[in-house]
Amino acid sequence: MKAPDFSYEKPNSLSDVLNLLSDDNLECQLLAGGQSLMPMMNFRMASPGTLVDLSGISELSVINVTDDAIEIGAMIRYYELQSHESIKKHCPLITKVLPYVAHAAIRNRGTIGGSIGLSDPAAELPAVLLCLDAKIEITSQNGVRLEPASSFFKSIYETACETDELITKIILPKAQTGQLFGFHEIARRHGDYAMAGVCIAQDADLTRRVAFFGVSSSAIRAFGVEKILSGVSELSENIILDAQNSLDEIEFEGDMNAGPEAKKHIAKIVLARALKEMK
Amino acid sequence: MSKTAQITVSVNGEKYIEDVPVRMNLADFLRTKLGLTGTHVGCEHGVCGACTLFLDGRTARSCLTLAVQADGAEIITIEGFESEKNASDLIKNFHQGNALQCGYCTPGMLASSIEYIEQGNPADRQKVKEYISGNYCRCTGYQAIVDAICTTIEERQN
Repeated sequence: MKAPDFSYEKPNSLSDVLNLLSDDNLECQLLAGGQSLMPMMNFRMASPGTLVDLSGISELSVINVTDDAIEIGAMIRYYELQSHESIKKHCPLITKVLPYVAHAAIRNRGTIGGSIGLSDPAAELPAVLLCLDAKIEITSQNGVRLEPASSFFKSIYETACETDELITKIILPKAQTGQLFGFHEIARRHGDYAMAGVCIAQDADLTRRVAFFGVSSSAIRAFGVEKILSGVSELSENIILDAQNSLDEIEFEGDMNAGPEAKKHIAKIVLARALKEMK
Repeated sequence: MSKTAQITVSVNGEKYIEDVPVRMNLADFLRTKLGLTGTHVGCEHGVCGACTLFLDGRTARSCLTLAVQADGAEIITIEGFESEKNASDLIKNFHQGNALQCGYCTPGMLASSIEYIEQGNPADRQKVKEYISGNYCRCTGYQAIVDAICTTIEERQN
């Protein structure tokens, strides 16, 4: 199908974007890479009054390296992240995950801010942000605020970003010496949305953060798993089995790919594989 | 508030200035406004890959790109793959190796293949399969397509 009728604006400055967003009558929808929004419009699941194209805002397409963090502009496209030397060096988990995010032609257009702002439960990047304890910079006419990833993803297509607000940056802590990262997903076709997947960050003190995607209404931390794995130096078969069994705490939700029981089964498999690959 | 816009695009090296409804996607623009029907429209939600073309040097789904977003951009479609992308050998290998039957996926399949080869990737069947995983083909079973890409890479190396 084709997209329903809408008006189109391509502002040149952040303040123009915020002005448009503050006008409720316009029913604005932000257009980043469009790789999820356009299908939703073609399916008539989304019918914005005004489409606000962000591609003219140059400050959203910058990657900054600070002393302890990497700040990624919301309009940075996946392919730019994939080939960026600072990301490879300081955010190896992102580099590990990106080849599994959709297909080359989609990665050429899709943006990090778009993925985060959509909060698709099966997308990889929300889980990456959760397990890295990232912060999301949100801007509105009232100013700039930082939302931790842990309280940003509310539910399917629902985030802490309000309709008059705009995601401007994603702030990721630099990887520390002694940190290890794990990732595994199972999808029907390479590049398709995962049936279930997991990201793991392991600190030097053996604290582990574990975030799943494709299993619930949004990306989620598995605190039960984290508790079992915390401080454990040798990940024996028994420990991994305990961690797998603790996934019964999560309320699994089915989708077009698999029902809740199948999701739980696959989540247990990806967890074990990701942990074993980290050794 | 505008429902139409004037855009300037370069398509296969030629410049066009056209008025478009803002809701028109790039594939429909090329096919109906410019008469360039080589770009095929399959699923219209970014899954099948038939509409893939080059937008400012990188592959993109033209069904997920509005024509108005392409304002100022350089576009290369299958009509320009020989002249703008020097892909005659790849096209010959698709033809000789039966890497197409109905031809519906071919414009997008060639776009992804050209990008894979341009990036200096190896004639590695697994890597080729991953790269073209965003393009559906319902005729060939893919093996002949992978053959054509690998053959082209090997021929260019020799």
